[in-house]
Amino acid sequence: MATTSHPAISARGKYEPVIGLEVHVQLLTASKMFCSCANRFGDAPNTNVCPVCLGLPGALPVLNSKGVEFAVLAAMALNCRINETSIFARKNYFYPDLPKGYQISQYDKPLAEFGHVNITVGGVTKKIGITRLHLEEDAGKSLHEGFPGASETTAVDLNRSGVPLIEIVSEPDLASPDEAYEYLTRLKEIILYTGVSDCNMEEGSLRCDANISVKPKGQKQFGTKTEVKNVNSFRFVREALEYEIERHIEVIESGGKITQESRLYNSAEGKTYGMRSKEQAHDYRYFPEPDLLPLVVDEKWQSQIRATLPELPEALRARLIADYGITAQDAAVLTISRSLADQFEAAAKAAKNPKRVANLVQSEILGRLKAKNLEIDHSPISMKGVAASADLMESGAISSKMLKDLYDLAFEQNKDFPTIYEEAGRPEQSRDTGALEKIIDEVIAANPKQLEQYRGGKKTVIAFFVGQVMKASKGQANPQMVNDLLAKKLDA
Amino acid sequence: MNPNGLTIDAARSAIQERKATAFDLVDAHYEKIAHEDEKIGAYLTLSKERALEKAEQIDVLARKGDPLPPLAGVPVGIKDVLCTRGVRTTAGSKILGNFIPPYDCTAVARMESAGAIVLGKLNCDEFAMGSSNENSAWKPVHNPRDLSRVPGGSSGGSAAAVAADMAVATLGSDTGGSIRQPASFCGVVGLMPTYGRVSRYGLIAFASSLDRIGPFSKNVKDAATVLGVIAGRDPMDSTSAETPVPDYAAELNKGARGLRVGVAKEYFGEGLDGEVRASVEAAIQKLASLGCEIVPISLPHMKYAIPVYYIIATVEASSNLVRFDGVRYGYRAKDARTLSQMYRRTRDQGFGAEVKRRIMLGTYALSAGYYDAYYLKAQRVRTLLTRDFEEAFKQVDAIVTPTSPTAAFKLGEKSDDPLAMYLADIYTVTADLAGICGISIPCGETKEKLPIGMQILGKHFDESTILRVAHAYEQAG
Repeated sequence: MATTSHPAISARGKYEPVIGLEVHVQLLTASKMFCSCANRFGDAPNTNVCPVCLGLPGALPVLNSKGVEFAVLAAMALNCRINETSIFARKNYFYPDLPKGYQISQYDKPLAEFGHVNITVGGVTKKIGITRLHLEEDAGKSLHEGFPGASETTAVDLNRSGVPLIEIVSEPDLASPDEAYEYLTRLKEIILYTGVSDCNMEEGSLRCDANISVKPKGQKQFGTKTEVKNVNSFRFVREALEYEIERHIEVIESGGKITQESRLYNSAEGKTYGMRSKEQAHDYRYFPEPDLLPLVVDEKWQSQIRATLPELPEALRARLIADYGITAQDAAVLTISRSLADQFEAAAKAAKNPKRVANLVQSEILGRLKAKNLEIDHSPISMKGVAASADLMESGAISSKMLKDLYDLAFEQNKDFPTIYEEAGRPEQSRDTGALEKIIDEVIAANPKQLEQYRGGKKTVIAFFVGQVMKASKGQANPQMVNDLLAKKLDA
Repeated sequence: MNPNGLTIDAARSAIQERKATAFDLVDAHYEKIAHEDEKIGAYLTLSKERALEKAEQIDVLARKGDPLPPLAGVPVGIKDVLCTRGVRTTAGSKILGNFIPPYDCTAVARMESAGAIVLGKLNCDEFAMGSSNENSAWKPVHNPRDLSRVPGGSSGGSAAAVAADMAVATLGSDTGGSIRQPASFCGVVGLMPTYGRVSRYGLIAFASSLDRIGPFSKNVKDAATVLGVIAGRDPMDSTSAETPVPDYAAELNKGARGLRVGVAKEYFGEGLDGEVRASVEAAIQKLASLGCEIVPISLPHMKYAIPVYYIIATVEASSNLVRFDGVRYGYRAKDARTLSQMYRRTRDQGFGAEVKRRIMLGTYALSAGYYDAYYLKAQRVRTLLTRDFEEAFKQVDAIVTPTSPTAAFKLGEKSDDPLAMYLADIYTVTADLAGICGISIPCGETKEKLPIGMQILGKHFDESTILRVAHAYEQAG
């Protein structure tokens, strides 16, 4: 973040940013897009290769239909319209990690168009358009270190060459870096729910380029844009956009002009740098790929794919709120992954009282996680554990105090609830009214003043007695039982 | 028995009947190559080890008395644009001078599974770009009928090897006429199958939407036999068709009587050599006498074929040839200090003049702002050309034309005039653009004893009909 004395800050209010994002997502197919080589990250270089993905002369691409299904599923989840016929095109350029000298992509007839993602920023929900979603193949990787002779030479690993990708291009509907961040978060969440990608940015299975321009507020025409390429975290996208917005405004305010160019973000410095113009003076000379037939995804195939579409996060959250009476915030936490949401629902449904499961997660789990700085998918107590504890409370076997103590132990020892419960010897709160009555009698006898107040009509004093009884029982007593017995004795 | 004059059937029967061994045939062909090829220049690489191993397999089969597969023991040659596992494959280019493919072209693999014995790789114009075989980076091919003349191109080596009895049959490729025109110049049979009929897997691409693999042979029946072996769906080529493969050799016996043969005036206009015209017209008369109905037709968009072809073919070539960059295989310039220098020098030193010319033409036609005016327009005209044929084939079963406007020309005669060279393909490119099949068969000679070829064009996937017409003509002598 810039200092407050920065001249662009004062001018910031006069401009509005216009942001569009291009996101590349690798698909989790078993094999590559156009050959049968394994699509697997992390193997020894150039081990998952064949004449096709090596671009040997005479080798030809054959489309992986699983890749098509994954792309269509993602497109459906993003509310896109699927084009029954789409066309593969060649994007031509020279690069050492691009073995054919062209990337098989889609150009003027993409697989899907006209989608959208809903985002909520500052309590306002906004629909962000998706211009298009198309299928393409990934390139290989240039390696500059980690092999003998790396100081003088560059090596090429083609394991990634031909890995299926979808490119998702948004409309320039994003008006702030926060919106961009939120869009990426929602987009990733939706893709993760469909299961077509692991969206792992560190391994490059999700990559983002951001287009940014600024214009005076109210002006219709967009300013000149720059493209920040290949930023490797959502946080850096936000930072890079912040930086670019300020840079654009500063240039314009000082009478300059923005050059349309590609830039790289240096996260250590928090700055973007223009790429050398030579590297970006590309004319990709797209034309239809003659080695592949037009891709036809007819209605029958579409409906088969649609049938596999899972409940998506937005709908799921609405339902959880309605079904379990949890807050929107908690619904958001419980749906950060499809598996967590599934576990929660399975546990809640299996429990005697589903709402109690929701309540426990909300009141006992989330706070403890926050205190230990843990994500919910790393919680020591699983959803099954929550359900088990909820049932024990429901049957009156354990008290809420006992549950809290057991939860504390579970978090301390990083063990799930059932384990802790077993190790504690399956404790049960006292149901022996004799013992409880004895404690109550002692408490009443020890507090004559409060007894007098109660009998004088100040019935709220019962809370004091409950507290004293619970204290005397070291929290083991069943509060309901304490209440009942106390009332009987006080009113006697 | 002359082991070098054999047709496929004769070769196979000789082996089956134990009159000769596959080894004998292979040996005799290598002898012939050793004696003749120095002056012809058809072969670039000989695959003796592979050939002898295969011959041994066939001879073992023959000794057991097992029925032999259709090409058993047939010595064949393969155009050097078809990849052969373990055997150097250069596409006639310096840039692939040291390239040894780790896999076989589907068509070659199918030939070998059918018993064929691959003698070696045949000379051609660099990346199949040319009409005279003078664009080979290695050496020109001389026409066996007159060594001062070209064999045609680009499959000049494939045509010459069959004409000089240095192979019983060969495989070539056709993008604008590269099978039919050299067949015509060398006096042999050359068949270009329908687009999608034969898998292109392993064919080093020149223009992917046009390229076909097809046979050269000494007679029509052999062409039918080879086509039957190499045709059919290949899961490795998405553009190969599911259409069933008929028994082409059996189809031949149906004869040509009653078939309607179209003659398009556009193929007999200006630029057609008088002797070629006379021979082809005489051949048409003979077809009429064999019971074919001769029907005048028109293919009005033919005049656009050459320009359309040279846009589409060069556009696709400019993209197909990007991969020859010195990074992974093939030639790499030694002295480059930067990546860009390596690309420039590798390609400058590795490609010949005609290949560079076509890469530049295609790159230009495809560059930003020109796409609609050139490539898109060319594709539209290609559709019109295709419709011309569809209309014509409503009236006729086959179309007969000269294969080339002239007989074989002299080496060096057109090599400095690319446009004159491009016009050598004027009668052949239309079929490439329309995706239909075509065959060239000998139909006489000029006064100088140079072969003249007749082209017979057929509907998509109707190789049977053109083979019938060709066979009937050939049998009538």
